[in-house]
Amino acid sequence: MTLNKQSNIYTVIYIVVMVVVVGTALALTAMTLKPIQSRNVSADKMKQILASVHVTPEKDVIADFNSLIVEQYIIDSNGNKVEGNAFDVDVASQVKLDETERQLPVFVCQLPEDGSLKYILPMYGAGLWGPIWGYVAVNGDGKTIYGAYFAHQGETPGLGAEIEKPAFSDQFNGKSLFSDDRFVPVAVLKKGLKPSEGQEYVDAISGGTITSTGVSNMIANSLSPYQQFLKTLND
Amino acid sequence: MAEKINNRSALLNPFSKENPVIVQILGICSVLAVTAKLEPAIVMGISVTAVLAFSNVIISLLRNTIPTNIRIIVQLVVVAGLVVIVDQLLKAFAYDASKQLSVFIGLIITNCILMGRLEAFAMANKPWPSFLDGVGNGIGYGIILVIVGFIRELFGSGTLLGYQVIPQAAYEAGYVNNGLMILPPMALIVVACIIWVHRSGNKELQEN
Repeated sequence: MTLNKQSNIYTVIYIVVMVVVVGTALALTAMTLKPIQSRNVSADKMKQILASVHVTPEKDVIADFNSLIVEQYIIDSNGNKVEGNAFDVDVASQVKLDETERQLPVFVCQLPEDGSLKYILPMYGAGLWGPIWGYVAVNGDGKTIYGAYFAHQGETPGLGAEIEKPAFSDQFNGKSLFSDDRFVPVAVLKKGLKPSEGQEYVDAISGGTITSTGVSNMIANSLSPYQQFLKTLND
Repeated sequence: MAEKINNRSALLNPFSKENPVIVQILGICSVLAVTAKLEPAIVMGISVTAVLAFSNVIISLLRNTIPTNIRIIVQLVVVAGLVVIVDQLLKAFAYDASKQLSVFIGLIITNCILMGRLEAFAMANKPWPSFLDGVGNGIGYGIILVIVGFIRELFGSGTLLGYQVIPQAAYEAGYVNNGLMILPPMALIVVACIIWVHRSGNKELQEN
């Protein structure tokens, strides 16, 4: 009996076999690589957190992270500590909640040079093509920014993607988040636009307007619930 | 539809006379997307070569079993499966590179060069020539990506692979990076210029 390769039964069986084979292969690949990938992901997150305090880990990111980050905890919008592991908080889902309901992670970093404490706060928002996120390190006075780090998933290379460059993020160093005890997030503005009263701002990226606006909104939305916490640092 | 040629020309023709980008004008969309910087252009070229070579081999092995009416679906499943595996491997062993390429790796699935080669070559040829054809076309595609990426990064950002190439003195003397270079339209213009230069040197490609 010769096989009729154009028959419907042959086609259906062919598809089923193909899907099972490809599905199994993909599932196996994903499962075997999962542990290595999640280790990479958390090491990468640690690297990003450290980038906000201008630390570039040499080799062992995890060891550097554990020695520099002296404390990590979650707070609520009133500045009170709540239960939980700060590192595992999914900032992406938290920023969508109402400010009073959010779990807010804080990473406390002690710099080896002068022993000063920096408070690292995570941010998450939307760019042009996909999510953008970052970390802001606030000085011990709770007002000025010590450093910032931004990252993105798929912004346009050479345009929106420039937010991850130090040339952009270093503009935030020394900017203030408060004006006369009022919380005013740092804005990202195109040349020629005026900031609102008392607001500090940095230059937007030419050709990356939507990403720049996204960064601006992300800072405002993500840092606003930390106001109370930052004010208590002040005292 | 089907072409039968010897191994040598299967590998070498796509470099110039049958170049997928500048002669067949395939895969233009990804040329626009990934060439604003040189580095993603290079990694994209390598990834496409790998996926194209292996999907060519797999389809060539299966070519006599594939039912004609679902052949495109079968080709797509093979390509998509390979791309996901490449993506997973990069995430596990070259995390930084995979972060940089993010969406571009997924875009390989929609690269028309892959469908073109699978349909025109792998469906009609044995695995080894198909492998060579995949490698040849991948490199042919990669060469154009690298040339366009080189020109766009040099004139658009003044850097190459992220290193500053145009000296600071030039900027002080009034030189300005060409902002148009990093926008997609300039990729088309650069590709058109490459096609122009290439055709003027190849009599048989010129139309009357």
